[in-house]
Amino acid sequence: MQLVARLCAERAGLRIDPEKHYLVENRLAPVARREGFSSIEEFLGAVRDRDEERLIWALVEAMSPSETSFFREPETFELIAQKVLPDLARRSEGRPLRVWAAACGTGQEVYSLAMLLSEQPAAGSTFELTGSDLCERRLEKAQSGLYSQFEVQRGLSAHRLVRHFENAEEGFSLSPRIRSSVRWRRVNLVEDVGRMGRFDLVLCRGLTPHLTEAARERVLKNLVDALSTGGILALGPGEAAPGLVAAPGLAGFLMRAEDRRAAA
Amino acid sequence: MKVCLVVDDSRVIRKVARRILEDLGFEVAEAGDGAEALGWLRTVTPHVILLDWNMPAMSGLEFLRELRAQPRGEAPRVIFCSVENDLERIREALSAGADEYIMKPFDGDIVASKLAMAGVL
Repeated sequence: MQLVARLCAERAGLRIDPEKHYLVENRLAPVARREGFSSIEEFLGAVRDRDEERLIWALVEAMSPSETSFFREPETFELIAQKVLPDLARRSEGRPLRVWAAACGTGQEVYSLAMLLSEQPAAGSTFELTGSDLCERRLEKAQSGLYSQFEVQRGLSAHRLVRHFENAEEGFSLSPRIRSSVRWRRVNLVEDVGRMGRFDLVLCRGLTPHLTEAARERVLKNLVDALSTGGILALGPGEAAPGLVAAPGLAGFLMRAEDRRAAA
Repeated sequence: MKVCLVVDDSRVIRKVARRILEDLGFEVAEAGDGAEALGWLRTVTPHVILLDWNMPAMSGLEFLRELRAQPRGEAPRVIFCSVENDLERIREALSAGADEYIMKPFDGDIVASKLAMAGVL
């Protein structure tokens, strides 16, 4: 347990509660099997003894938070469609709006945005959507656009299901048009993310409670630095970022204090 | 208290649905097929109907078409709840006037999420 907690904190700033043995078992059992070990103990022994980057990252990636669903907290998406994107589009002077769903797991969050944009394009605007996660395997699943019957029933309306999906051999496949509208990057948010450039809207909901205090500070600074002038950051309920204030009229959305003054 | 009519020929499904719906604060009535459900509707208009597709006396789709053709038949929200997962069939259900669609098997989270999408939770 200590080894898992130490590696997760060192590599990705993740805070693993030592009490949550079941979480470690649930997450690491499939990884141990995939890597050809007969038990989690054997897998952890190999991680400790071999000191192989590939095994260490298999562990850390599996332990990173994965909770996601389509249109999670639907009121957030309603505000994005009705207010956030139209406001950003008005100020963009015709350039494409850049949107980043950070720590997007298996892609439901960023695909929800893509569906929204295809249904209600903000007048005259084009968009660049980027989804990122720490976990390579989750990104592979996201890119495939394949979701199980259980996954498409969490947050996705039947009207959106028939509009944007096709039946697949197992489950449902997102339409190529929606799939191709998203770019994917593997990003460790505790490292330098300057190469990502600046974004008009960044969503990173529900990650920071899973981080160590030092990592939380670093990740939030990275996310704030990734905002373009007037850019908006959406965190989960109860999460805050130093230096950011509530965006006017947009409950749950944050922006830089100086941008808010300039927009007033 | 909001009323939900569960229409399904499987007693087990009706029992599972009842437990979930009562936990969500609904009063639950049950019917074993579309014909029985239509009879039930002569006395009470439920807020929402959880409707199976394949049933012996009258299918869910036939029931829905008949319901929507009745005076005030637009009122109850209808959520199909079926093993059918072909998108063509789901389109057919929505075109006939279904508000939402649940593919079996389901759990409490899915039912709650679909009730919310149908505007009854």
